Amino acid sequence: MERYSPSARSDRYGNRINRTQSPLRASIVPYASILIGSLLPFLVLADVMPIAPPLGFLILLGWRIMRPGLLPLWVGVPLGAFDDLFSGQPFGSAIMLWSLTMIALETIETRFPWRGFWQDWFSAGLAIILYLLVAMLVSGASITIHQFVAAVPQILLSVLLYPIIARMVAWLDRFRLSRSRRIG
Amino acid sequence: MAPNSSRRSGHSKRAQYSVFTGYLLAGLGALAGAGLLAISLWQPSAFSDLRGAATDVAEPAGEASASVRTGSDGVWESIKAYYRAGSKNAALQEEVQIARIRLAEAEAVEQENARLKALLDLAETDTEPVASARLVGSSASSSRRFAYLGAGRDDGVEIGMPVRSPRGVVGRVLEVSRNSSRILLLTDSESVLPVRRASDETVAFAEGRGDGLLRIRLINLGLNPLEVGDVFVTSGAGGYYRPGVAVAILNEITPDGGIARLIADPSGTDFVSVEPIWQPEAVESSETPVELELEE
Repeated sequence: MERYSPSARSDRYGNRINRTQSPLRASIVPYASILIGSLLPFLVLADVMPIAPPLGFLILLGWRIMRPGLLPLWVGVPLGAFDDLFSGQPFGSAIMLWSLTMIALETIETRFPWRGFWQDWFSAGLAIILYLLVAMLVSGASITIHQFVAAVPQILLSVLLYPIIARMVAWLDRFRLSRSRRIG
Repeated sequence: MAPNSSRRSGHSKRAQYSVFTGYLLAGLGALAGAGLLAISLWQPSAFSDLRGAATDVAEPAGEASASVRTGSDGVWESIKAYYRAGSKNAALQEEVQIARIRLAEAEAVEQENARLKALLDLAETDTEPVASARLVGSSASSSRRFAYLGAGRDDGVEIGMPVRSPRGVVGRVLEVSRNSSRILLLTDSESVLPVRRASDETVAFAEGRGDGLLRIRLINLGLNPLEVGDVFVTSGAGGYYRPGVAVAILNEITPDGGIARLIADPSGTDFVSVEPIWQPEAVESSETPVELELEE
């Protein structure tokens, strides 16, 4: 008798027979991960200078770049409002900046449809640097040269963290689409 | 990576409209965000209720992470303490002996102080803290330096009250909600604190620079009398902080004062205490506009 290899019945999303994806999980995971990312820097006690990368924004970039079209274009409004509640920035700064980021990434994608890892990292890094600098300008603090110097470690850390965030988002995407629901 | 063909709208009118609507909503969202931002910058307390409610919800998580943070700090400190334990022990014993002598001297001074105060008929009581709580979080990804405290209106905390750790001043309460409050740390670039040199009456302002250091700006310009290592304490001017609480140590001298390091490091403290406003009358009168004062 001909036998199938056991791995033929499953792929990276799990067993293909008798299983299907959970629509709830597929829709919740991206938003939940961004909200948790917004909340995490709140728990870090930074009394000297900004040290925590803006995790919510990084995870948003990760989802937007890894899965174009999954998040609607206007998603910066509700998610940015949540981020503003915990980031210490004046309310409205993340709403504005996250919306502008979504529009900018959409424009980049229509202009350069063929993308790769390095280009993704480059556009994400540019977005992170611009986001952190503009966020500093609108934070309500009187800007001095010392603040720019103090922000350099945070900017570098955030840019270097992007590839790790992208891998994490890819893992979350596999988890999101794994076949967890049993049929019949 | 190849472009995703499902995202091209092509000739489908419906797909084209949905792309257009997406752009429109995102653009409107950005404009609304800019409007809200302008309101928040113009009236910084505009959305404090919303923020306060959110902080109240997140406060238990912050409490848990704060206890883990202080616990792990303790473990790290005890590992570090083993390094060169013998020589450190000898140095500490010598220091304790000197400290005992100084303590006895201080007791004598205190006694004399009490006697002189009795002569002058001055009644001064120590201030009882309003509440003591953990710092549950901070604005770690923003360039502003705020911390969040696990005590709020229900514990008697009010806007303007000074917050201190056993070592010295940490900051001032900026916004209060039910179970949590937001604190403006001394290192924030909008924080200004009236101080004086501990050894004499040289008065100055300690302003946050935004990078963890304080800028000491002397009020009386002229020859700069400061020296590296000078300790600054609160002067009591302004009425918020009670005088004589440690603030900073001078690190570097500049033409108009100096650059100082904080004495009370908020991330190294377990519990902080909220104290009542020292002279509420002085704070109230400083907030009354001159025109109103003249009418009365």
